[in-house]
Amino acid sequence: MENLLNIFIKSIFIDNMIFAYFLGMCSYLAVSKTVNTSFGLGIAVVFVLGITVPVDYLLHNYVLREGALEWLNPEFGINGSKTLDLSFLSFILFIAVIASMVQLVEMVVEKFAPALYSSLGIFLPLIAVNCAILGGSLFMQERDYNSIGEATVFGIGSGIGFFLAIIGIAAIREKIRYSDIPAPLRGLGITFIITGLMAIAFMGFMGINL
Amino acid sequence: MSEKESLFSAKNRKLIFNPLSKDNPIVVQVLGICSALAVTVKMKPAFVMTLSVLVVLSVANVLVSLIRNLIPNRIRIIVQLVVIATLVILVDQVLKAFVYDISKQLSVFVGLIITNCILMGRLEAFALGNKPWPSFLDGIGNAFGYGIILMIVAFVRELLGSGSVFGFKIIPDAWYIKNGGFYENNGLMVLSPMALITVGVIIWIHRSRNRDLVEQK
Repeated sequence: MENLLNIFIKSIFIDNMIFAYFLGMCSYLAVSKTVNTSFGLGIAVVFVLGITVPVDYLLHNYVLREGALEWLNPEFGINGSKTLDLSFLSFILFIAVIASMVQLVEMVVEKFAPALYSSLGIFLPLIAVNCAILGGSLFMQERDYNSIGEATVFGIGSGIGFFLAIIGIAAIREKIRYSDIPAPLRGLGITFIITGLMAIAFMGFMGINL
Repeated sequence: MSEKESLFSAKNRKLIFNPLSKDNPIVVQVLGICSALAVTVKMKPAFVMTLSVLVVLSVANVLVSLIRNLIPNRIRIIVQLVVIATLVILVDQVLKAFVYDISKQLSVFVGLIITNCILMGRLEAFALGNKPWPSFLDGIGNAFGYGIILMIVAFVRELLGSGSVFGFKIIPDAWYIKNGGFYENNGLMVLSPMALITVGVIIWIHRSRNRDLVEQK
């Protein structure tokens, strides 16, 4: 339990998707003009990450990793005579899972929560090509979490980290519109610099040892 | 478009040279920031990353342009993703085989070329509506535009953060404080926030030289 809480806090603050790894910057920059739209995108990211990371975890542990197909035939296992290592297929399978999950989530949300659907609308399909989603799955694979619970918590935590970052920058951008910024820095340039400053602030969490 | 258009007509040259500055994928089109920033601590990984993107982008552009009339519109994103993912797997395997340490340094970011917005952006905006040769040039041009920014950022960060360029020591050892000198590397440059600020400054300089790119209030 304590372990799960650690992963959760760590994935939100210390290993923040935006500030520590720059994942999902494209949509972060494009959609953060107002708080309302970024709220929608943030929720959608939490949602999709919370689903795809555990699914990819199962895929990684029962199909892709070296000797994972032991349940099919003991000879494919790590000690068997025909050990199989399919991990080179992980990119294509992960992205396929993400694309289909996004479609699925879109259909489910459309059926059961039409209000949420109309507010998320355009963002859901865009999420399939958001680096943060694929990045979540790849980090899960690299860090080798021990159980599906840990993977799920990591997915949701990273989503919340992205959510916090995008809401924060949107709020700042709404205010900064009235400030007197040097013309060439207006818009994109100042957003980069603000994100950099926010990232420095977030680095304060780095000393925490969990 | 006439059939006999020469391979390097003015229009085709534009496809290569426009993305270098006026239509740069990173600072103007805002595509592909995700991977651009994370690999720029040192110049070597940045260079390898540029090469990988160059290969994937130009080949994917040609392939998608070849099959553009066969793809049903509804499933085009999945088709594009499959093409890109296949190419990225190839690149990843090659990197693992020949430059293993750099491949370890790039870690997940090679895989993240799949979701690099430059790829989807150029495939959607260009390759789906143009012939293979112009698409190929467009891919090369955009990959170079991406690479230029990567190399500038990596140059600044490596020079100030580690005192070297491309792995070669520039600052003499005797200058460092620990050897009785006066100089110290700026540790902040190695950390991730400085990548953002460096790109911000590059955008500033770029836009003050190209006034027509300045955003309206």
